[in-house]
Amino acid sequence: MKNHNGSTKTMDLKRIRERLANKKGPDYWRSLEEVAETEEFLDYVKHEFPAGADTWADPVGRRRFLQIMGASIAFGGMTACVRQPEERVVPYVQAPEETIPGKPLFFATAMPLSGYAQGLLVESHEGRPTKIEGNPKHPASLGAVSAIGQASVLNLYDPDRLPAVKNASRLRSWAAFRAELSSAIDQHRANQGRGLRFLSGTVTSPTLAAQIDAVLARFPEARWHQFEPVHSDSAYQAAQLAFGEPVNCYYDLSQADVIFSLDADFLFHGPAALRYTKDFSARRRIENTGNAMNRLYMVESSPTVTGTMADHREVLRASEVESIARQLAAELGIGTSGASLSNGNGGWLAEAARDLQANAGRAMVIPGDFQSPLVHLLAHAMNQVLQAPGNTVFYTDAVEARPESHLESLQSLVEDIQNGQVQTLVILGGNPVFDAPADFQFDRILDRVDLRVHLTPQENETSFLCQWVIPESHFLESWSDARAYDGTVSIVQPLIEPLYASRSAHQLLAAVLGQSDQSDYAIVRNHWEQEFSGADFDSFWRRSLHDGFLEGSALPHRNLAVNVQAVVGQSASQTSGGGIEVMFRPDPSIYDGRFANNGWLQELPKVLTKLAWDNAALLAPATAEELGVRNGDILELKQGESSIEVATWVQPGHPVGSITLHFGYGRRIVGRVGQNTGFNVYPLRSSSQFWIANNVEVRKTGSRHPLASTQHHYSMEGRHLVRHASLEEFQTNPDLIHQMGHEFPDELDLYPDFEYSGYAWGMAVDLNACIGCNACIVACQAENNIPVVGKDQVIVGREMHWIRVDRYYSGSPDHPQVFHQPVMCQHCEKAPCEPVCPVAATVHSSEGLNDMVYNRCVGTRYCSNNCPYKVRRFNYFLYSDWNTESLKLQRNPDVTVRSRGVMEKCTYCVQRINGARIQSKLEDRKIRDGEIKTACQQTCPADAIVFGNINDPDSRVSQLKRSQRNYGILTELNTKPRTTYLARLSNPNPAFATE
Amino acid sequence: MAQLFHRSANALAKVSIVVAVFLIGGLSWASYALYHSNYANRVDEVREQPVPFSHKHHVSGLGIDCRYCHNSVERSPSAGFPETHTCMTCHSRVWTDAPILEPVRESYRTGEPLRWIRVHDLPDFAYFNHSIHVKKGIGCTTCHGQIDEMPLVRQVNTLYMEWCLDCHRNPARYVRPRSEVFSTTWQPPANQLELGAKLVEEYDIQSLTSCSTCHR
Repeated sequence: MKNHNGSTKTMDLKRIRERLANKKGPDYWRSLEEVAETEEFLDYVKHEFPAGADTWADPVGRRRFLQIMGASIAFGGMTACVRQPEERVVPYVQAPEETIPGKPLFFATAMPLSGYAQGLLVESHEGRPTKIEGNPKHPASLGAVSAIGQASVLNLYDPDRLPAVKNASRLRSWAAFRAELSSAIDQHRANQGRGLRFLSGTVTSPTLAAQIDAVLARFPEARWHQFEPVHSDSAYQAAQLAFGEPVNCYYDLSQADVIFSLDADFLFHGPAALRYTKDFSARRRIENTGNAMNRLYMVESSPTVTGTMADHREVLRASEVESIARQLAAELGIGTSGASLSNGNGGWLAEAARDLQANAGRAMVIPGDFQSPLVHLLAHAMNQVLQAPGNTVFYTDAVEARPESHLESLQSLVEDIQNGQVQTLVILGGNPVFDAPADFQFDRILDRVDLRVHLTPQENETSFLCQWVIPESHFLESWSDARAYDGTVSIVQPLIEPLYASRSAHQLLAAVLGQSDQSDYAIVRNHWEQEFSGADFDSFWRRSLHDGFLEGSALPHRNLAVNVQAVVGQSASQTSGGGIEVMFRPDPSIYDGRFANNGWLQELPKVLTKLAWDNAALLAPATAEELGVRNGDILELKQGESSIEVATWVQPGHPVGSITLHFGYGRRIVGRVGQNTGFNVYPLRSSSQFWIANNVEVRKTGSRHPLASTQHHYSMEGRHLVRHASLEEFQTNPDLIHQMGHEFPDELDLYPDFEYSGYAWGMAVDLNACIGCNACIVACQAENNIPVVGKDQVIVGREMHWIRVDRYYSGSPDHPQVFHQPVMCQHCEKAPCEPVCPVAATVHSSEGLNDMVYNRCVGTRYCSNNCPYKVRRFNYFLYSDWNTESLKLQRNPDVTVRSRGVMEKCTYCVQRINGARIQSKLEDRKIRDGEIKTACQQTCPADAIVFGNINDPDSRVSQLKRSQRNYGILTELNTKPRTTYLARLSNPNPAFATE
Repeated sequence: MAQLFHRSANALAKVSIVVAVFLIGGLSWASYALYHSNYANRVDEVREQPVPFSHKHHVSGLGIDCRYCHNSVERSPSAGFPETHTCMTCHSRVWTDAPILEPVRESYRTGEPLRWIRVHDLPDFAYFNHSIHVKKGIGCTTCHGQIDEMPLVRQVNTLYMEWCLDCHRNPARYVRPRSEVFSTTWQPPANQLELGAKLVEEYDIQSLTSCSTCHR
């Protein structure tokens, strides 16, 4: 297959720089190939669908195709004569309470990710959980869900889940496992648990913590270990140093006017990311010129979501962040800066420090999870100087039940295994054989343990090396609890009985304790009944299940003083050596590899790179030039004995001289979706160089790997679709945004306008709020039964997502500003797609929607050809899986599952509109403003999308459309789009002359 | 060059044109007739059900309201099928050992649901909502016919889109007072159009004919 990832020659960076320098005014670009105007890029955008998109993917010639089609047409015509097959109606024997057939129910629950809870509200159709929403009452989500959270429902229905207990590649019963376990446990009972070990991920669950305590009380010599490949040991170690105890620290961004991020991707990564995004974006929603806006300074070592929102962004190698932190601290009067920086950061740092000081009490410094403990320590000290604690920064007791350094914890386990001191190892979840530091050689030593038990939802590299593999229940089918970032206890409530013979961690531990088999419901409920001190446990329990969390369970704030002396005394822990530096980061879509078998996440174009189905080595254009590589070239990265091969991706805005590797890909033992995707980079990750590896040898191998990136698909031909100004410019000239484009004069309209007597739906997307996190894409996919097409199809531009998040750059390729723009069907008032359809399959509705009628569509694709926004998607093949039984359970029954040969696109979630319209009529009222939320709007952590009735001047969407920032894209074509955008504003420090 | 075709070929060509016209016409007529036949749309076809439940007996004989069994008809897109439990509210007391009711009792005993055959079966791409039609004064019998006279339920209307649109385009012809929605005896009065127009006004009935009203 032809590869569309780049030019045939190495990119001419000099030419690109010249081109960008010669442009006047703000100029936005989508990729380096676009700026360079390489031959392949021009060829790529020339067609309605990318080249090759309309050809047969299989090696079937034109003649053979016609033969097959001739027969198909004959049979196809005949099938219309067949009568509808008989369908069965299966009513309940006795309906559960509150069930109304045909109406979904919503239950509050929580998704634990790396131990921390994300509060959810899950939609259930006749007992099938189908769609995940955020719990509006839950402090960690406030109604939003991340892309991973949205996609987690697919994991429940994953056909590759382990169906039953497995031993020596045979399926066995739970009773058989219990028998084997109890004989092992009997030995340990005699020896106080010597040689009995447990390994789990981060534990915040109070019930699980109590069970662990019970196990360790019963077996005093046993040990509990924790390991997560993305755990921030630095935060733990810094808290120990600064406060002498493992304090939890979180931020209130709603109160912050000035934020300084030291390589912290706080809007995207971590247990509080959704809440931080809610609070951060609320402070960037400028309705009129009088509003105030927060300001974000960012130093970052790898382009991140948070960095794209920064008002001032500096790009540095990861190892240099520490010295920046020292320097900033020195500017704020803490210690001395140490080595002065060669790259002239002094000036802007001093200004930033002044800005922080001027806003003391309303400012904060946030350290990155992947940075050294010293960076965290300095941040604690700086926050204290800035009077942040109690105002914008809060300390509580540890949220984790067993706070510790995960690296040290795993290391002690590894050492004990090596010394033959471990007889029984129970691994709860996780995949250490795959993701433990390479120098631990976990795969080699694991067989020194006599009895190895692995509780896992799916077979993986670790379970392959364990004798007993126990299927783990999904969080939507088991009871548990977990704490959120502020300590709030959320109850994990199942919506469905386990689909397979799976067990939860609670049930496994009960078995270890020798308790009789009991439901995890009984275990969790009994725990809270014992904890509960009030009078009426029943109503407390019902209330907690209804709300999804225990009221008032957030950990109390603590007043703590940083041991500044300990901070100043610290010597530098990181030195930026020469050579290429490699950074390890969790993959933005599949996390640490645990979501590798999730098709929605695999196909999700990753934030910034827009790569799907692969990871890559991200490097700066200048580094690529130096190495003589282009997109798709395979690099060999070598350090000492370990070496990996990984494809190149040139990422504008990446620091020079370093490479970002996203881990999680390259799984060997994985389900059908995750097979043969990406490159395993864990072999390069060692315990001593866990987040940053220095002096890595990089070599171009000469071979290539096709990468599927959606960044060129549906290019908008260089028109200026993103509008951006600084807050100051906007305040001086509020009409500036409108002056940036051309409006079509009304009097030139040929066709009469449509009349809308009732509702007229419209949407406004605030580009100043949107952080480009991709949650909307997965939410849309789940709501609208959108299929996954696979890597080959993405390469030829056939991805089916109804909403895409376009990413634009402006400025130099070394240090560009980044903009995100979600684009879905714009529901044009004068829609170019409508008049060209020969079968009237796309028509205007009485409420201004651009309806798509699948059943009429014959697949001419004229509509897509005529759509200037390129938002229509065509089913070239039968992409929807009509055969896998478990996947059918996930589908939204309110939306048609499309077959092949049919065009489809965003409907503004017309099923939700119709539902609300009917509900309002049943209640003899009008639809209230905000009653209808589209799937993308509902999940958006930044509240960037607003939908409503534009016929009502008081609706929120009408108000936004009257904003001075409001503009439509391609309005010069007189399409009169119903979806409009609010221009992006930035808030640079006026003290900085020019960037 | 010699003639390729014999003179008779002319006649053959003319005849075949005529035949082709008739053939195409005939085929078109046949497919039209098939499409509108009761065979294709299953009108009047009586289906074998696991229990030969008689609406005639329960509705006109006993006078049970539609909503006793189809209890979500005013609240949900689906009118709702009675749970086995609903049947047993009476049949645990009456006809307790009738052999005909054995499947119901068995279902109640074992927890295995009854599997009825759907008579009114819309295609999966059409989304019909019972609650709003009931709310706007469309009676049960308007679509389902005289259910009270059917020992076994059969379809009386085609359920084709043209049939839906017939009412959606001009609801005044079919709408009835809300109080009569569940009546099986209500008949349109002589001045139905007048009454209908008044009710359309009073109930704020919109003539929704956009594709997305039913297809999504």
